Amino acid sequence: MEAINILTSKAAPLPLPNIDTDQIIPKQFLKRIERTGYGEFLFYDWRRIQEGPDSGQPNPEFVLNKHHHHGAKILIAEKNFGCGSSREHAAWAIHQYGFRAVIAPSFADIFFSNAGKNGLILAVLTDDEVATLLDRCTKDPEHKITINLEAQSVTDDIGFNAHFDIDPFRKYCLLNGLDDIGLTLRQAHAIDHFESHHDKDFWSAPKAATA
Amino acid sequence: MTAPRTLFEKVWNHHIVAEPKGEPTILYIDLHLVHEVTSPQAFDGLRMAGRKIRRPDRHIATVDHNVPTTSAQDRLHIVDQVSAAQVNALRTNCAEFGVEFFDVQDASQGIVHMIGPELGATKPGMTIVCGDSHTSTHGAFGALAFGIGTSEVEHVMATQTLPQSKPKTFRITVDGDLPFGVTAKDIILHIIGQIGTDGATGYAVEYAGSAIRALSMEGRMTICNMSIEAGARAGMIAPDETTYAYLKGRRFSPKGAAWDEAVAHWKTLPTEEGAVFDRELHIDAATITPTVSWGTSPGMVTSIEGKVPSIDDAKSEADKKSYARALEYMGLKPGTPISDIKVDAVFLGSCTNARIEDLRAAAKVVKGHHIATTVRAMVVPGSQAVKRQAESEGLDAVFKTAGFEWREPGCSMCLGMNPDILAPGERCASTSNRNFEGRQGRGGRTHLVSPEMAAAAAITGHFTDIRKWKRTEGASR
Repeated sequence: MEAINILTSKAAPLPLPNIDTDQIIPKQFLKRIERTGYGEFLFYDWRRIQEGPDSGQPNPEFVLNKHHHHGAKILIAEKNFGCGSSREHAAWAIHQYGFRAVIAPSFADIFFSNAGKNGLILAVLTDDEVATLLDRCTKDPEHKITINLEAQSVTDDIGFNAHFDIDPFRKYCLLNGLDDIGLTLRQAHAIDHFESHHDKDFWSAPKAATA
Repeated sequence: MTAPRTLFEKVWNHHIVAEPKGEPTILYIDLHLVHEVTSPQAFDGLRMAGRKIRRPDRHIATVDHNVPTTSAQDRLHIVDQVSAAQVNALRTNCAEFGVEFFDVQDASQGIVHMIGPELGATKPGMTIVCGDSHTSTHGAFGALAFGIGTSEVEHVMATQTLPQSKPKTFRITVDGDLPFGVTAKDIILHIIGQIGTDGATGYAVEYAGSAIRALSMEGRMTICNMSIEAGARAGMIAPDETTYAYLKGRRFSPKGAAWDEAVAHWKTLPTEEGAVFDRELHIDAATITPTVSWGTSPGMVTSIEGKVPSIDDAKSEADKKSYARALEYMGLKPGTPISDIKVDAVFLGSCTNARIEDLRAAAKVVKGHHIATTVRAMVVPGSQAVKRQAESEGLDAVFKTAGFEWREPGCSMCLGMNPDILAPGERCASTSNRNFEGRQGRGGRTHLVSPEMAAAAAITGHFTDIRKWKRTEGASR
């Protein structure tokens, strides 16, 4: 996982609540067995015209198709972003498209966890703060926002300054680009010790009858 | 004297491996369920790092999301080459890493959340994870069960643990007798409608109360299954005699004296009197009616007696935007009575409602009728075991005579990863769990309902109040 700290970029506003992972990366792309190559399928259906003679063509109204928003590394959305399916492909698609952070008033649990394991900063701001940023980035697609992970702040050049909370361990892993499995394996002795007595609790073994 | 503890706290505490300072708890995972869609990248990760699966005996795998449901032959020779490659990858990965695998033709194959309980692998007090959000289903047994992403799948494979921050606790108590025609599905849709799709985010929910206690294991699984639709990390129901009766004699259940000892342990799990939850909600079962979703989020629900809402009914500005978008996508006019909405397709299936009790209830409604000429309808049993049981009871004949297709087990049209999808604009009464845009096929319009309500809609061609149906038809559950 790549380390991340300070990010300054224009942002793509997606002013909708409850954006689910089925929209972020539709099911047909979940059949692939690779971990890469999902960026081009991000918001696949929303990026295309759904009906009529132009069906399947790029939808010029969708934010990611607007020229001015190309190159944005920050996505801004409303509450409960990433709800629904646990597919990590959603975090992969957002990251591989080029985003490095998502700002929203709240995130769904599993998406939140997946994003952290892929170097994405998720900044939780208040409804009002998010509304301000959505407004500024909609009116001026070139409007730049700075996220400082170390300082836990989101700022812009015209006075916006908000603080976001983040679990210290999650912050540490993001700042250092750390692999979770390696960190847990520092506890290998504790796992061995735990199993030495837990395995005797046959009622919590999946295959008790065959043990 | 320790303070009275909740079911969740007991299971959580029993699985703490380590609590490193300033870091999340390292939680031991008793059972990891694996399927074809969210695992290939995790197996690759292990290979690249030269790691093994630490405890293959605590892993069980099957194929469900991708497999065709049309015929046994179609499942062995999947036409879609990308799907076939993914199914094959799981086959070879399980062989290489020593994981027990229930392949398409296996008598125990089925939707991953169906087979855990059917095998008796799912048991009270366990920690259970799977790379699928509906893992919450297993909480019906008093297990702590939750969905994870692929990085976490790899983490569990390598370490049999997960770093986890402790969720808060939320008890939802449903007391009283469920009215005639109201099911477990209506309870959970009603709850999500009340608290919203993020109403339980950050919480482990425990469902309690006399209406929950009165439910069968099938009904309890339906409720816990959709906990994730309210944003919950997990949903749990305390084990009781209903739980033990379900588990006794199953393939991976303890036998003989070990069974008695296991039950004695499980009886220590329920929440103690006086235990404190971070949040509580009380619902009177008598207020719940047969429920239908009208929009593109599982919180957008109303009673069968209700009408399609207008944008002004939304509680916040954000919700107004969602309502407007949902009404347009669903092609519905505000004020339309729900019972006037016509359906083109009916899907009876999914890890929410494809258990034997669901099929029995739907068959009772269907028996002696034929589906409307404007409707296509299919029954997709959740597992091989359910399919066999249903066929032995003649339910397949009831459905086929009525014009339903009778399919092979899998996730099918719940998410349309296999060939079972809606056409753009097609409207479906579905017993599944998500009505997101495009969930059942691009442009498809999903209405979530109970199996009985889906069956009645198949016959009349529009949403129909099952309570009136049952009175006129004389059928009852």
